[in-house]
Amino acid sequence: MTEALSHMNPRMSQEAIPNTMEERRSYLAEGHSLKSWLTTTDHKRIAILYLLSITFFFACGGVAAALIRLELLTPAPDLLTNDGYNRAFSLHGIIMVWFFLIPSIPTVFGNFLLPLMIGAKDLAFPRLNLASWYIFMIGGLATLATVVLGGVDTGWTFYTPFSSTYSNGAVFMAITAVFISGFSSILTGINFIVTVHKLRCPGMTWGRLPLFVWAHYATAIIFVLATPVLTVTLVLVALERVVGIGIFDPKLGGDPLLFQHLFWFYSHPAVYIMVLPAMGVVSELITNAAHKQIFGYWFVAGSAIAIAVIGFMVWGHHMFVSGQSPYASAIFSFLSIVVAVPSAIKVYNWTATLHKGDIVIDGPLLYALGFIGLFTVGGLTGLMLTMLPIDVHVTDTYFVVAHFHFIMVGGSVSAFFGALHFWWPKITGRLYNDLWARISAMLIFLGFVATFGPQFVLGYEGMPRRYHIYPAVFQPLNVMSSVGALVLAVGYLFPVLYLLRSLRYGKPAGPNPWGATGLEWTTPSPPPKDNFETVPVVDKQAYCYPVGGRDEQSRPRTQKAKAGE
Amino acid sequence: MNAYGWPTQASRYAQHVDWLIGGFGLLVVALAAPVFILSAIYLVRFRHGRKVDRSDAERGSVLLETSWALIPFLLVIGFYVVSTRMFLDQQSPPDHALTINVVAKQWMWKFQHAGGQAEINELHVPVGRPIRLVMTSQDVIHSLYLPALRIKQDVLPGRYTQEWFDADKTGTFAIRCAEYCGTDHSVMGGQVIVQTPVDFARWQAQAGADKSLAQRGHELFDRLGCAGCHGANAQGQEGAVRAPPLVGLYGRPVPLADGSIVTGDDQYIHDSIMLPNKQIAAGYKPIMPPFGNVLNEQQVAQLEAFIRSLGAGEDK
Amino acid sequence: MNEVRRLQPQFPTLARQRDADHFGMLIFLSTEVLIFGGIFAALFVLRAQHSAEYARSSTQMHYWLGGINTAVLLTSSAVVALMVEAVKAGAARLAKWLILGAIALGLAFVAIKFTEYALEYRDGVVPLLSPAHLHAGPDTLFMDLYFVATGLHALHVFGGLTLLGSLIWPFGRARRDTSAVFAGNAALYWHLVDVIWIFLYPTLYLAR
Repeated sequence: MTEALSHMNPRMSQEAIPNTMEERRSYLAEGHSLKSWLTTTDHKRIAILYLLSITFFFACGGVAAALIRLELLTPAPDLLTNDGYNRAFSLHGIIMVWFFLIPSIPTVFGNFLLPLMIGAKDLAFPRLNLASWYIFMIGGLATLATVVLGGVDTGWTFYTPFSSTYSNGAVFMAITAVFISGFSSILTGINFIVTVHKLRCPGMTWGRLPLFVWAHYATAIIFVLATPVLTVTLVLVALERVVGIGIFDPKLGGDPLLFQHLFWFYSHPAVYIMVLPAMGVVSELITNAAHKQIFGYWFVAGSAIAIAVIGFMVWGHHMFVSGQSPYASAIFSFLSIVVAVPSAIKVYNWTATLHKGDIVIDGPLLYALGFIGLFTVGGLTGLMLTMLPIDVHVTDTYFVVAHFHFIMVGGSVSAFFGALHFWWPKITGRLYNDLWARISAMLIFLGFVATFGPQFVLGYEGMPRRYHIYPAVFQPLNVMSSVGALVLAVGYLFPVLYLLRSLRYGKPAGPNPWGATGLEWTTPSPPPKDNFETVPVVDKQAYCYPVGGRDEQSRPRTQKAKAGE
Repeated sequence: MNAYGWPTQASRYAQHVDWLIGGFGLLVVALAAPVFILSAIYLVRFRHGRKVDRSDAERGSVLLETSWALIPFLLVIGFYVVSTRMFLDQQSPPDHALTINVVAKQWMWKFQHAGGQAEINELHVPVGRPIRLVMTSQDVIHSLYLPALRIKQDVLPGRYTQEWFDADKTGTFAIRCAEYCGTDHSVMGGQVIVQTPVDFARWQAQAGADKSLAQRGHELFDRLGCAGCHGANAQGQEGAVRAPPLVGLYGRPVPLADGSIVTGDDQYIHDSIMLPNKQIAAGYKPIMPPFGNVLNEQQVAQLEAFIRSLGAGEDK
Repeated sequence: MNEVRRLQPQFPTLARQRDADHFGMLIFLSTEVLIFGGIFAALFVLRAQHSAEYARSSTQMHYWLGGINTAVLLTSSAVVALMVEAVKAGAARLAKWLILGAIALGLAFVAIKFTEYALEYRDGVVPLLSPAHLHAGPDTLFMDLYFVATGLHALHVFGGLTLLGSLIWPFGRARRDTSAVFAGNAALYWHLVDVIWIFLYPTLYLAR
């Protein structure tokens, strides 16, 4: 079997391949002890530390998801008790949002690639970067403590007064976990912003930055400006819960809607934290697959900033039926339409980039196309939700659940896998089996649509969210959704297997296996500790692929400073 | 659901919502279709290995960017105008709507009709008549969702929210709680039973309402000793214990001790009973004891009905 | 030039490194502004919804003490600004005395603040601990937010004092860095603490 596969796929070999010279000189070889990893300040090693952590949390959140979908196979509560189910979906949300999605692409690929893409040796504040990871891990420990203490049942949204007064779960510990993780985000955001401003190599003007960098810059702005509001909101909820000050509980003289405003002021921009980096990844993957300049560079770059800014103005669309003023709802509805425009601009520009390209259809491209397809559906259902009468009917139902999973899972997780495949050779120095990559991409796409497509229908038919006992008439669609989830899980499992296998059996990648532009491809795979032998000097734009199609080797886009110049 | 699996439409408004999502759905398909179709075409036409003219690929076009940003935006705004108007209309029930008090608590729905009939988890209403639900919660935030009518409204503690509908077909339709509220959120539901006027009248008669809401409120008024300060006929009292009159209070502007003026509406009366020191009426001392720990929301609704009935100067 | 900070490998020049440190500090300070932003938002909502009770509660604040505190903090900020100039001019010893002066003023601020808290306890307007004269509802909410806001601010004052104090020990050599990187950042933090108070004071004490 292996023989047949490796014959079909020249990237894998039958026998384990020992360490190459590049690997022996790379960042991976700078110390093999645990201590060298846990005290590293190398952005590339920190990225690997994050990769391991978020994979662990993705698995935890995935277990919670499995419990949910298993329970929902039948209308009756046969797997979990009511309280057990409430804890399952709460933990699923908290872990997936704060300990997987928000960190995922920025802390793994942002950390690894940002310095490489701008020709720098590291981020601006390497020790702060390590501190970010430790803070993240402490937050993660607090989450595990929450589980050990019996879990929390407030939902990831912690609405008051249920969370502040009525819940019997480990609310304080859960709040503490999220509170701590916020500081990790803030420090990463500061690091990224200062890095992009101050560490660009000579010739790397703002107009020559890869779109991945623009996307992460916009994300970092949101990290820095939105997260503190969540921090203080959680402090207020904790004070109300532990000490009994009345800010959110009407019985104590407070206003529950105040919590919702403060919470969503952060949590709406947070969803753009989850999607902007993915869009940055897609820009890189599409341009490389088409081997062509991006269509509308400044529009794509500018739309990332526009999404970040306008994203701060739309939080009230989570509160259309909350009891807020109808005129406020009308304004938020309008602004939510406005924020959809830059996203549409990106999608149209990616499509136009494919025009007259020289397209190779491989794993990374399939993941990128998966993103475009699923994000588009998710985004358009979001537009539907901006229409007030539609939202009144489907908010708090499975329609919304489907909407945000299409974007966050269909979109961001697909982009994460695309990034993992595209930059795997750079990070590890090895090639993987692309046939399996394409199979996984398609499994993930199909499994995803089967899981979440039916949920749009369930929602419109009136099945509320966070229900684990439901009317029997909803069962067929729920079964379809759960079966889809099984396919999705298999799709997510395959890459773990063949990517790990590539570490021993994958052919050495060389510096630029894809013929891609981008400074990260001008250095060995895996890169040495200081990234570049000599400081790169840039004189060309990003994505300066040769016009008219692929030639034998794409010329890298920097002139390496010759010795003595 | 009807034969095609489409969710039941129990009102004209529900039909309008369905038309809206149908129409808007078509628009978004039209906006997305070029992406899917063109991507598929390009993936085939410009696949590596195909000999095709790749020269002179454009790097951008301000005209194209502006068009594909502006045109979809304007089309969507057209729907925005229609939608927002529909939504704002739904905020104001007609004057002749039948008002029903709703109290949500973990994990049940309590309904009180003006005639005094009380129901739990079941709500009888007549067809073809606007029904206005005035709702509050006894504990956490809930949400009253009537899928067949396409309406939903969060129900808050310490506040009144409302929604209204006008069912145009008889039948039994689901009530579901749509804001997560704890252990039994999934089963906090019930049914709204829409009946012909004749059936509804029959139900009202046999629903065991010996007293109207206002009459129950009057009983509470006496039993709790409100008359002791506010007077036997709620006309107010001077002398050692001064308390404002409640006759004609409902809907009237009320001057407060700090100089501001509020309206004596449901919320004001509710707060005056539950948290009287929140707003002190001008010329009176803050000596009214709070009843927040003594009364539940249903009883407050009864007292409100009683005070409303005093507006006409009559005691029912 | 007395450069006491080594050039880190990711920076091409020391000047760029100093720029980056300064810029990073400014961004961090903006996150602090937003933390307090959440509390200011709650206060503004309270004021909008219950303006009469808000004004009444604000009138009961000890605005003289608050006013003195404002002057104390402003003076300490001026002292800190002078300190940075002293460091840039190479006067490390003068800088040390200025830091001690600023710390003294900061401690005075905290002392006055706690005096106020004690007075409020005596007056019976402290929620939970001494609420005898507190009406339910917006009055209690005002005092809740007052304690949260000033408490959080006091925590930041302690943070600032620690930062300033560290310029004496254990980072005394930072006073000899004539590009004043660390000293400048500590000063920026202190100025932010001051600015937050400048907004807190009228919001809480002067709404009448």
